[in-house]
Amino acid sequence: MINFQYIKASSPASAVTAITKDNSSMFIAGGTNLVDLMKKGITNPQKLIDITHLELNKIEKKNNKVVIGSLALNSDVADDEMINTDFPLLALALKAGASPQIRNMATVGGNLMQRTRCSYFNSTDMPCNKRQPGSGCGALKGYNRMHAIFGASGKCIAVHPSDMCVALAALDAAVNVTGEKGNRQIKFSEFHRLPGETPQIDNSLAKGELIVSIEVPANNFTRNIHYLKVRDRSSYAFALVSVAVALNIDNGIIKEARLAMGGVSHKPWRLTETENFLKGKNISEDVFKEAGELSVHNAKGYGHNNFKIKLSANSVADALKTAAAKS
Amino acid sequence: MNSASACRRPLTFHKLNKADYVNYKSANSTFIQINTKADFMASYENCIGFTDESKCPDETRRDFLKQSSLLTAFAITPPTLLKAAVSEWDERASAFFETVKLSIKINGNEHNLNIEPRVTLLDLLREQLALTGTKKGCDSGQCGACTVHVNGKRVLSCLSLAVMQEGKEITTIEGIANGEDLHPMQLAFIKHDGFQCGYCTPGQIMSAIACIKEGHASNDDDIREYMSGNICRCGAYSNIVKAVSSVSKGEKNA
Repeated sequence: MINFQYIKASSPASAVTAITKDNSSMFIAGGTNLVDLMKKGITNPQKLIDITHLELNKIEKKNNKVVIGSLALNSDVADDEMINTDFPLLALALKAGASPQIRNMATVGGNLMQRTRCSYFNSTDMPCNKRQPGSGCGALKGYNRMHAIFGASGKCIAVHPSDMCVALAALDAAVNVTGEKGNRQIKFSEFHRLPGETPQIDNSLAKGELIVSIEVPANNFTRNIHYLKVRDRSSYAFALVSVAVALNIDNGIIKEARLAMGGVSHKPWRLTETENFLKGKNISEDVFKEAGELSVHNAKGYGHNNFKIKLSANSVADALKTAAAKS
Repeated sequence: MNSASACRRPLTFHKLNKADYVNYKSANSTFIQINTKADFMASYENCIGFTDESKCPDETRRDFLKQSSLLTAFAITPPTLLKAAVSEWDERASAFFETVKLSIKINGNEHNLNIEPRVTLLDLLREQLALTGTKKGCDSGQCGACTVHVNGKRVLSCLSLAVMQEGKEITTIEGIANGEDLHPMQLAFIKHDGFQCGYCTPGQIMSAIACIKEGHASNDDDIREYMSGNICRCGAYSNIVKAVSSVSKGEKNA
């Protein structure tokens, strides 16, 4: 790891000032991804601004939403009583991610900011347009078993690795940020982006902006919810595919459905078409199967990951069935 | 375990020539008599052959490895640094040698240190404080061998920058026993044979203690899920679950 200058930020404003002044500086919070990237020489900041001393770790319930400070630990949110009661899908997704040790370190804001675990991105010996724009995509014709089936481009087929973000996408969350030009809110669906021609840009944060909190609007998805994570081992592995489902069911009829997938795209992949299809339908295995097929009609495999298309369809159907069966 | 701070074995024991073991003898006469190459090899074999390191005639294999890796590091580092210094002698290169102050409490002992910001908590423990109980497995957050407690919570020391632990209390595997009395979790791992090679064991034990404290050890499925951050390549999982479960249930002589 290349040595760097270390600075402790004492307020969000001073953190923003410090990062704006210096092009090569970065924020650090949990460090569970950044420290690893720095060891491998993938990210080489000359200055690290430690934001862990900022008071941004509260989980507060307000009238029509919950506001989660960006420095709240993954484990604190996952074990929070109110979150488990009112936003159980979020708690489920968090518990499916990483390991207890990593959840004790990783923050909510950092979870949004984590980089892809694409093996070509994570090795400086390989070409990668995300790590080194213009160097090519090693995964496109390489070993791409873990890669995207939705929204990829000729420049990048990497996936966003988060579980928590899949639940947040389904729950219509929003991201509050602060920067040189003041505060603003970014809709969760617009926070992460698709790779397009510029895969080096993961999200829509402007330079120097700091995530202050995540908010989730109140909902009544408290019973018929499920987070299905399919992976190579039963715990502590990244998703091959994952599905977050939230349903409102009345007398066997789906009043509202929310669906998002992880491990399949450069951003948490919301399935709005499938949601619209499910609205007003009776609960049945046939409907769920059809919903699964509909979800993958625009999927594209790249060779080794072709299996993810069928796996995704089946996972959507299975997650819907499990969520609907909860009482 | 014998402390062997003054003991210096020849570092090229596998290519031992006469001059080496004569030098070795003169440097170590207080520890062990080495008169022939066979004596030397025998003393070395004795060390690695015993699991109980107190039986080792002088220094332990672990101390030997510490010394040799330290010297290897010295041998490799200067040209690298030199090269970097010559080619990039700018602000960045000078930062190579910049250190920051760190006050940290480890196993109840206060330490006031000067460290480079890039030093991980794991490397601080192992390389600078000689607390080698905490293991370096993957060094990238995938195995759990480096698990320690920071302010009572289990974390991965390989992904923690030491400089960010200012004022915090760290507990490592060396800090859980009460004098000569082992921690109940250590006893349980011995009783239930919760290891084979033992490399992952310090991390497993630190994780297991936290797992129970967090309330995530009420049944075997729970234990398996909440211990999943600790990989055991020998596959001692079933006995690890038994050990954690026995402590969780408060069994006598767990």
